[in-house]
Amino acid sequence: MELLVVFPPLIAFLLAFLFGKSLGDKGAQLVTCSGVIIAAISSIVLFFDVAMGGHGYTTLLAPWVTSGDFSVNWALKVDQLSVVMMCVITIVSSCVHVYSVGYMSHDDAKARFMSYLSLFTFAMLMLVTADNLLQLFFGWEGVGLASYLLIGFWNQKHSANAAAIKAFVVNRVGDFGLALGLFATFALFGSIEFTTIFEEAPEMADSVLSFFGHEFHALTLIGLLLFIGAMGKSAQLGLHTWLPDAMEGPTPVSALIHAATMVTAGVFLVARFSPLYEYAPTALIVVTVVGACTAFVAATIGLTQFDIKRVIAYSTMSQLGYMFFALGVSAYGAAMFHLMTHAFFKALLFLGAGSVIHAMSDEQDMRKMGGIYNKIPITYALMWIGSLALAGMPFFAGYYSKDIILEAAFADHSWWGEFAFWMGIAAALMTAFYSWRLLFMTFHGKPRASKKVMSHIHESPPVMLGPLFVLATGAVLAGFVFYEAFVGHHAMWHEAIKVLEANDTITAAHHVPFWVKKLPIGIGLIGIALAYLFYISKPKLPEATVKRVKPLHTLLFNKWFFDELYDAAFVKSSFKLGKLFWCTDKQVVDRFGPDGAAGTSNKIAALLSRFQSGYVFQYALVMMIAVIGLISWFVFKTGQGF
Amino acid sequence: MFDFPLLSIMTFLPLAGVLIILLIRGDEKVVAQNAKYMALYTSLFTLAFAVFMYLKFDPSSADFQFTEQSNWLAPLGLKYHLGVDGISMLFVLLSAALTPVCILASWESIKKRVKEYMMAFLVLECFMIGTFCALDSILFYVFFEGVLIPMFLIIGVWGGERRVYSAYKFFLYTLLGSVLMLLALLTLYVQVGTTDIPTLIENPVARDLQLWLWLAVFASFAVKMPMWPVHTWLPDAHVEAPTAGSVILAGVLLKMGGYGFLRFSLPMFPEASEFFAPLVFGLSIVAIIYTSLVALVQEDMKKLIAYSSVAHMGFVTLGIFTATRYGVEGGIFQMLSHGLISGALFLCVGVVYDRLHTREIARYGGIVKNMPKYATVFMIFTLGSVGLPGTSGFVGEFLSLLGAFQVNTVVAAFAATGVILGAAYMLLLYRRVVFGPQENKDAAKMPDLNKREIALLAPIVVLVLWLGVSPNIVMEKVSPSVEKLLTHYEEQVGSAAQSNDLDELHEMGEAEMLEGGEE
Repeated sequence: MELLVVFPPLIAFLLAFLFGKSLGDKGAQLVTCSGVIIAAISSIVLFFDVAMGGHGYTTLLAPWVTSGDFSVNWALKVDQLSVVMMCVITIVSSCVHVYSVGYMSHDDAKARFMSYLSLFTFAMLMLVTADNLLQLFFGWEGVGLASYLLIGFWNQKHSANAAAIKAFVVNRVGDFGLALGLFATFALFGSIEFTTIFEEAPEMADSVLSFFGHEFHALTLIGLLLFIGAMGKSAQLGLHTWLPDAMEGPTPVSALIHAATMVTAGVFLVARFSPLYEYAPTALIVVTVVGACTAFVAATIGLTQFDIKRVIAYSTMSQLGYMFFALGVSAYGAAMFHLMTHAFFKALLFLGAGSVIHAMSDEQDMRKMGGIYNKIPITYALMWIGSLALAGMPFFAGYYSKDIILEAAFADHSWWGEFAFWMGIAAALMTAFYSWRLLFMTFHGKPRASKKVMSHIHESPPVMLGPLFVLATGAVLAGFVFYEAFVGHHAMWHEAIKVLEANDTITAAHHVPFWVKKLPIGIGLIGIALAYLFYISKPKLPEATVKRVKPLHTLLFNKWFFDELYDAAFVKSSFKLGKLFWCTDKQVVDRFGPDGAAGTSNKIAALLSRFQSGYVFQYALVMMIAVIGLISWFVFKTGQGF
Repeated sequence: MFDFPLLSIMTFLPLAGVLIILLIRGDEKVVAQNAKYMALYTSLFTLAFAVFMYLKFDPSSADFQFTEQSNWLAPLGLKYHLGVDGISMLFVLLSAALTPVCILASWESIKKRVKEYMMAFLVLECFMIGTFCALDSILFYVFFEGVLIPMFLIIGVWGGERRVYSAYKFFLYTLLGSVLMLLALLTLYVQVGTTDIPTLIENPVARDLQLWLWLAVFASFAVKMPMWPVHTWLPDAHVEAPTAGSVILAGVLLKMGGYGFLRFSLPMFPEASEFFAPLVFGLSIVAIIYTSLVALVQEDMKKLIAYSSVAHMGFVTLGIFTATRYGVEGGIFQMLSHGLISGALFLCVGVVYDRLHTREIARYGGIVKNMPKYATVFMIFTLGSVGLPGTSGFVGEFLSLLGAFQVNTVVAAFAATGVILGAAYMLLLYRRVVFGPQENKDAAKMPDLNKREIALLAPIVVLVLWLGVSPNIVMEKVSPSVEKLLTHYEEQVGSAAQSNDLDELHEMGEAEMLEGGEE
């Protein structure tokens, strides 16, 4: 069955990519959509098989790399964790595939687009079904490739190409950490197979590993290195700069890759490695703090942006921060739960935004929207559902998952747990605020678009709305239905996730004080009310506020100047160094090397005689000098002749 | 194993082709046409023999196979001794595979002196295969240096504007190195009394002498590789060489350095190799980071790929001198993979060069519109060069780094930054050539790949992906030989460590500090 999940998208990719022309647009769309839908159905069957009862297993496919005692196979690991990911990936991917048929109907490279989406789906499935770190790395880089190709899909645009390269290279920085983590794992365990690593992790709890000449607590070191990889892929603070720029890609791509699935790979990685992180408490503290800071910083930036997609992108980054600090306090189940619900409501928001953009003739700036809620009522209603879920309003999916995360952080009773809790609360306030800011600016108020645009506004076709309904269903029901399975007293995880008795924050989360449970809703409602005040009742207020807190606004509006800082520190300096070294090649190495030798030998040649000319003589001369020099040196040094 | 002199046939079949081409007479056009076909058929026959050898090769044995031996210069004790093990067999195959590709790549772009050009390539093939088959150090030297002559001519006669300067630089660098190597080989002969490579491996010389000899052969192989800082001939040679010249240069000639390390440095001078390993690590790291940064600012497509070659070869030297299974096998795999990928990248440059006659990156742009097939093929090789898992480029890089991490984490971490920079310069190149708006009218009119070009590139695409997904088809043939090499290496280093006089060690160590300034 797992073969039916993983390989149909690959086959669909190959067919659509290689034979796109002969299949035609319709054919390619049909092939790719059926590929992922088959995968989705198979995933759901697997979910009931494995997660709802029964145990995980691994299917070996073929050997991959073998070198001495290092040997790695292509394999598909099916357990609760991978099955949940498979379902999320294939269901969202199916929705996005179908939606794209409508959204990309004006594009000339439909087959290519659909095939890339399928390629992405395949790579992501390989990532989550890996039973060893190398295959995970394959999937990891594979999704990076698909992301690169899709961000730069409109390859005539400079900005899209720049964003694509930025995404790939920043991710490579993360991959650098992941690769070192892999090497360290192999150095410690002598294997990179998950089963072996996880079985032996408890015994290694006290071992040390030498790295950069220092002895480190081995599991902490591995945990931190792997987390660098996770930070890159999941856009955590420091390695996040690529995510907002990635919005250059077509909107379905943003929904699938940069909201629902790929960016959650880091969360999956840490959850997968829970048997190791449980013995690396310091690494978990780092994960918590980075996650909490990301949740907060991303939310602050989200307050000030005007591009509808960027607002949602920063909200994604912020929500990923929540997932990470949940992981950090050992609430892996809660992180996976939020990952799942978030996939639904964030994909819904993105595709909804896509529907708006589609209606507004490709306008993304919210300052040029407004007053369109009655023209595209279905999209409007669906965006409300997505926002309610995102803000964690009662009975929507986000309510369950976000609350359990905050409660778990509080229940950890540690300084970092507390820190994460309050950062999370602050981020929740801002989340509600910017979500309704987005709704109000986009749909309400006076129309700010040109007449021409306004006259074109139309509701999206059924092929786009259909997937939105599927996602909306998930955004409403997923939290309520799966609460018990993910974070209940008898959660389904079994061996897939390991939590030490002392770290069981999810159980503890069920017993937190009443105010902790209710605070997120209260704060969310305040956020919505503030947004109403700012953008509906007193539309002059935002501008006045901006004037009053000018420096703060500048900082936030410019995304805390991360891009500028990195550009100066890394990008520009790399190019400068490159130029410098290139000059070194010409001015130093060559001058004192071959050119110098040539010059000298020319002079000597000219001095000595004129009966020989040309290059051969020079070589001979250089050769002679070298031979003589070397022989005499040799004889002198060793004191023995030939 | 059998009486049939397979290796000699493969080595000298190209020379037979040369003789026949020499005999071709008649109208210039006809001669050119016949010479081309003759060269192509000869190289294809050689390839067929090479494939036969690959299939017949016994992967369970680490010994030299298909060996041939006869007295050559009996009074001097020089022998004609050929044979291949898992390591050299691969390079023979690579040489035999790339030669027909080169000949086909030159089909239309070479217009003058076609007959001589084809002869030069066949002579080159003879020397290349000979180098990898030779089991006698002097015979090896003859082939190894012989390669220079046709290559020198290919660059110097059929090259670009500054061809003479480049050819000369190439020759000067490599010759300087090889003089030192000849000295080393002669010393070995005097000391051990034989030039037979297997015998030399079995009877290593004293440690002091090893250090000197190691340095001498290192000079030669490091130039060939090329390692930093003796790499500056490579960009110039590549830029001026005709496309096929670049392909064979990147594909095979650079690998002779790595092969030399594996055949001479490591087994014959094990103690010296261990002693100098830090120096090699230092140079490799500098090569990886330095040349990657230089590649980032290149404006010439060929120069950029040439610099990237130096960086990729850095992984090879790094891997080989870790003297671990992963490192050495990774290094070998990286050489094979780089031979295919960079060869193919130069072919890709050749494709657009043939159409627009410029290598300047800025003269292209947006050609994905008019050359979609080309864009796809070029993308696959770009990704291979970047080392994306699933392509052959990944396996070699990964194993080299894995080996390096076992030996020294700092080295591994620094070298791994090359992976980030590699992505930057290759994707930047791809973006500027293939993506973006079509600002150059003439570039926008270039036709897509023709059938000949597809026939050239498609097999390499398949190989790069196949080796990426299933590298074991090669690994299993290499493994026993590497195991034998390393067992021998460890025995030597282990026994030496016990018997060596400590004071002497210190004295030598201080003397070498001047040489090995890196560490």
